[in-house]
Amino acid sequence: MDSTTVFLDAFFNRAVIDKYLPDILWGMIITVEVALAVVATGIALGLLLAAVRSFRVRPINVLIVLFVDVLRALPPLVLILIIYFGLPSVGIRLSGFAVLWLVLSLVLAAFAEEIFWSGILSIRKGQWEAARSTGLTFLQTLTHVILPQAVRMTVPPLTNRTIAITKNTALGAVIGVPEILMQAQTAQSFSGNATPLLLGALAYIVLFVPVVVLGRWLETRFAWGRA
Amino acid sequence: MPESAAILEVTGLRKSFGTLEVLRGIDLTVRAQELVFVIGPSGSGKSTLLRCCNRLEEPNEGSIRVDGVELLDPKTDINAMRQRIGMVFQSFNLYPHMTVLANVTLALRKALGKGREEARAIGAAALARVDLADKSSAYPAQLSGGQQQRVAIARAMALEPKIMLFDEPTSALDPELVGSVLSVMRELRHDGMTMVVVSHEMRFARDAADRVVFMDAGQIVEQGPPDRIFGAPQHARTQSFLADFAA
Repeated sequence: MDSTTVFLDAFFNRAVIDKYLPDILWGMIITVEVALAVVATGIALGLLLAAVRSFRVRPINVLIVLFVDVLRALPPLVLILIIYFGLPSVGIRLSGFAVLWLVLSLVLAAFAEEIFWSGILSIRKGQWEAARSTGLTFLQTLTHVILPQAVRMTVPPLTNRTIAITKNTALGAVIGVPEILMQAQTAQSFSGNATPLLLGALAYIVLFVPVVVLGRWLETRFAWGRA
Repeated sequence: MPESAAILEVTGLRKSFGTLEVLRGIDLTVRAQELVFVIGPSGSGKSTLLRCCNRLEEPNEGSIRVDGVELLDPKTDINAMRQRIGMVFQSFNLYPHMTVLANVTLALRKALGKGREEARAIGAAALARVDLADKSSAYPAQLSGGQQQRVAIARAMALEPKIMLFDEPTSALDPELVGSVLSVMRELRHDGMTMVVVSHEMRFARDAADRVVFMDAGQIVEQGPPDRIFGAPQHARTQSFLADFAA
């Protein structure tokens, strides 16, 4: 066999593709499920924390900042392992799916909180003053005037961060979540061939390139004329 | 002529930022339908005085009564009072993510609890009064500075305030756009709105104000009808300020 054949056999083995493609596709579904769940809860929690922080109640804000700093500092894999392998010893047993969703949600929430918070801070004081001067309450001002502007400004950094964190669904492979990488790895060890790993890589590309493109579109869509 | 009711009564007002005392005992009464102009060098405290009058700044001492209600009483519902105190800012502060009409109707709907249709009708009427009926679905960024400031006036006016505060409403405008804003203010005055205006538009003060208040270093130095303040200022500081201005 010449080297080209060796290469093709290692990465584009037809028989292996036929056998394991269904598994990879199944993994894609799991990955999408985890990713959607993480994005929904992570961003919602991040927005909630940023909104709470804007009330500037000192003891609460100390806790929020602590939460955010710790979760931004820790590698998600460490948290996943601690919760998945540690919590059962105190009687709390969570499925791999639940642990992956929980950890990535918290990590995304921490980053999203920082992004939303900087968005809130970047809104000029005059916006608050104008709204309050018409008799709107703090909360009404926040929800109708400040957050809609802050959220739009945060779309580009938030999209980038969201993509970065949802890609971490691959960490599920470590705790037996049957997502793309887990499926690819399993197939690779059964077949003794690297083709499933390449299929896995393609699956990530198929899933995330549209998200990247969507992010770019949102960026232009939300860049309205600022006076 | 019997004096009309006092809408705004400021007494013994003091305000410090850190160690800097910006307002050093201000007494000022504004009566219904009066247009009071506040002039003075920058840093004299005139904007701070105005911003205390709806508690955007928290005074340290004194009393502010608006329409008979003490603003500094902790029991006072400040949000309800602010609906009766219109404020127009130097930098317009329109909400950039909302249409012109939505800018005007937001507080009508959320603060006054009016329904969509009623708010829309009031908002449209307010925009018509500032001559911008045709811009209701535009966004602020699509308007000139003068148009934006007129929307801001409509936003304040739509709540039917008892008094309107203008904080340098024309200072951020190109000279050719000032006239349209002043003419809206002139119409407001014609309709009997009580107004306090901090501004450097001396010509406007001269022919539209009922009273001119000159402030310097956190105090009211002198006040009186525009003829007297501009024609024969009593105090040396007023004289030198106005001389600088004419130069």
